[in-house]
Amino acid sequence: MIQHLLDGILTGSYLSLGAIGLTLVMHILRFANFSHAELLSLGAYAALVCDALVSGLAPFLAVKLAPLSLTGSLILAILVSMVLTGLSALLIDRLVFKRVREKGQELSMVFASFGMALIMRNVIGLIFGLSPELYSRDIAFATILSRDPLILVKPDQVFVLGAALLLMFALHLVLSRTTFGYALRAVAENPSLAQVNGVNLQRTIMAVWLIGGGLAAVAGVFYGISHQLIPVMGRDLVLPIFAATIVGGIGSVYGAVLGGFIVGIAGNLALLILPSGYTPSVPFLMILAVLMIRPHGLFGEARA
Amino acid sequence: MIGVISYLVFFATTASILAIAVLGLNLQWGNTGLFNGGVVAFFGAGAYATLILGGTAQAGHLGGYGIFYPLALLGGMVVAGLMAWIVGLLTLRLRHDYLAIATFGVAVAFENLMRNAEWLAGGAKGVRGFERPLRTALGDGFIYNLAFFAVVLLILILTYLFLQRIVVSPFGRLLRAIREDEEAAQSLGKNPARIRLIAFITGSVILGLAGGLYGTFYAFVSPQDVLPTLTFQIWAMLIVGGAGNNRGAIFGAFLIWGAWTASGWALSRFAPVEVQLYTGSVQFILIGSVIVGMLMWRPQGFLPEHLVVSHKGKTKRKQQGEY
Amino acid sequence: MAEAILQATAITAGYVPDLPILRDVSLTVRPAQITLIIGPNGAGKSTLIKAIAGLLPVSSGQIRFQGSDITGIRTDQLSAQGIAYVPQTDNIFRSLTIRQNLDLALRRAGGQAPTRLAQLFEQFPALAAKHGDKAGTLSGGQRQFLAIAMALATAPKLILMDEPSAGLSPKATQEVLEHARTLTTQGVSILLVEQNVNQALRLADHCFILAEGRNQLDGPAEDLRDNKIVGDIYLGNRRMGVA
Repeated sequence: MIQHLLDGILTGSYLSLGAIGLTLVMHILRFANFSHAELLSLGAYAALVCDALVSGLAPFLAVKLAPLSLTGSLILAILVSMVLTGLSALLIDRLVFKRVREKGQELSMVFASFGMALIMRNVIGLIFGLSPELYSRDIAFATILSRDPLILVKPDQVFVLGAALLLMFALHLVLSRTTFGYALRAVAENPSLAQVNGVNLQRTIMAVWLIGGGLAAVAGVFYGISHQLIPVMGRDLVLPIFAATIVGGIGSVYGAVLGGFIVGIAGNLALLILPSGYTPSVPFLMILAVLMIRPHGLFGEARA
Repeated sequence: MIGVISYLVFFATTASILAIAVLGLNLQWGNTGLFNGGVVAFFGAGAYATLILGGTAQAGHLGGYGIFYPLALLGGMVVAGLMAWIVGLLTLRLRHDYLAIATFGVAVAFENLMRNAEWLAGGAKGVRGFERPLRTALGDGFIYNLAFFAVVLLILILTYLFLQRIVVSPFGRLLRAIREDEEAAQSLGKNPARIRLIAFITGSVILGLAGGLYGTFYAFVSPQDVLPTLTFQIWAMLIVGGAGNNRGAIFGAFLIWGAWTASGWALSRFAPVEVQLYTGSVQFILIGSVIVGMLMWRPQGFLPEHLVVSHKGKTKRKQQGEY
Repeated sequence: MAEAILQATAITAGYVPDLPILRDVSLTVRPAQITLIIGPNGAGKSTLIKAIAGLLPVSSGQIRFQGSDITGIRTDQLSAQGIAYVPQTDNIFRSLTIRQNLDLALRRAGGQAPTRLAQLFEQFPALAAKHGDKAGTLSGGQRQFLAIAMALATAPKLILMDEPSAGLSPKATQEVLEHARTLTTQGVSILLVEQNVNQALRLADHCFILAEGRNQLDGPAEDLRDNKIVGDIYLGNRRMGVA
């Protein structure tokens, strides 16, 4: 039970990071972006490539930071991947979503995002092959927290959780303490009034993609550290991330954080009552439950 | 020669079944602006339910009721409609994202349930033991396939006529009104949520019908038949053909199914063996590109929606004359 | 006659192309004056203000502000030009606190921001007292003052006000309008759309009357106060625009 809870919190940490970017995009650009989870894959694979490059160029960085299985080069690679993934998100918006948006077809954006998801997922599959990849071939030994009941925690997991919380706290500071953060929130609440108050809409949308893409990259790497990298990981992550945004309330960053943890924990606790084969259905059940009890989520506002 | 004809019949049957599904989606998306992210779930519900209701007794899972075929098919449609009713009731009052996400979730959960619940539908092994109707009279060969094709074609035509009638009816105008301007429709005293629900359920019932026919055609259905791939294919068919246009929907179904089959064939024939493992990936990229490309460059599709101007009696007659 | 700070000439504009709401409307705002636009519902008053603010496409005509052409300006560039716009409703960010709303408006003020914030709080003590509260919790009148304070934060030369009295009590309306009057004594020009014709005419310097998207009449506000034609234009639409 406690083990499941711990695993759930770990899952929640990368789901939350993924859901934050998704909820911002859904709120500001007003469409359910089904290709957001592919940004997680993109970020994870970009970090894999960067890690290999960095450790090739600067072997002294490729040393494990004990007790973690992580290396300095991977941490550097994560930072590079955040930038690359953010820029890719921006590029995809420029090339595809912006054009569809300008054709005035708001509803078509959802379709376009599905199409993009298919393209991204399978291009990654073509480039990296269909077999799984790992950041580290070494087996990370778990620390035994308790023998009865048996509770195991890997140092990497602690790192992932800590780093995720740190990023979320940083984002919280930006949103609640800086005028840039106010501008983001202003655009989310009322885009045309934000413009009246001198906020450049185009630039804010760009910022949202950069932030969303950057956080997605970290989420993707953390998923890769916790499990493994597979080209179809986006397909498995898209529903849990959506569930997190709905549980939290579309548009609420804090809701997305909480929603991510709730969905992560629920998915793991469900293992206590359901066979593991049913795990992919749990986010859907959560969506149904939220829609029945509290359609606008924990922090969401009713909005047309 | 008979081989070619027999293949063409096989191709046309599958394409016609898919065309029925595209027509169902067109009612939801094209006419009403409802995004169905889980087409395959409603299609699959029709297929599974038809085979379970109409099949022979099976060990280990639900089924073997041997119900009279048309009733079994109807049962499949009802199950698809019930699923749509539940999802629609929960989401159609909310902003459109919710329907998109919830229907997508339905498809994931449906496939997941079918794959795991052996007691229900045989799990990964799927549902077998279905006796195709009139098999004793017509046999298993070409004649049967030809007759089956004729039936499917007839159902396709009937579905088309039914939907065309809806398009020009007051109800059809209401659907478009809600799609274009929900508030205006509401101010006319209409209840948009209810009307969207009706359209969503009707579309899903048609998807269930297509699924039932699909299951009948193969006399077998398994989780492999309800993968998201099918949702993407059916969408591409509608977008290419022209959302809002029923003839476009049928045209798109044949075109995309033809392109899909041809690309699969070409890849398996001409691509190097090491690439063949990635045939699926290449096909997915193609279908994704078709969807994105159409939305960017020709969002109205090849046969754009033929807008019926409601106050002109003339247009209406012209439409009806085209039946 | 003082030189115009804002000059709109023969403006044709609307929400969708080919369906203009305004046709050939011209208007002049003079420095440190309240210029009032009145007219029956649907006359195009708000449309005119939105067209000036760059929120609607202008299909023909020209808008000049302090001599430079600002026709079709991007809305987020308004404040840089010295123009502030107070929309009719939804003119504050409910999910931000009062302080955050003002900080957002002061974003481009740079080093002057702290001084200006202090000035604004001095001017609007009710806002200062609640600066940490979510703006969504404010009363209608207080929201209107916050919206005006946000407009003032950019130190504008011209404020476009779209029915600041909408949904306010007569007393609150009077307060808001009187505040507008004080602003002109500080050199700010105001272009005001109002439904409370009598109240607004008492305060305004000059008045333009629109009906059916066209100029009908204009003149010094005091001349129009008891003008029969003003009444007729309203009565023609079976509407007394009087609070």
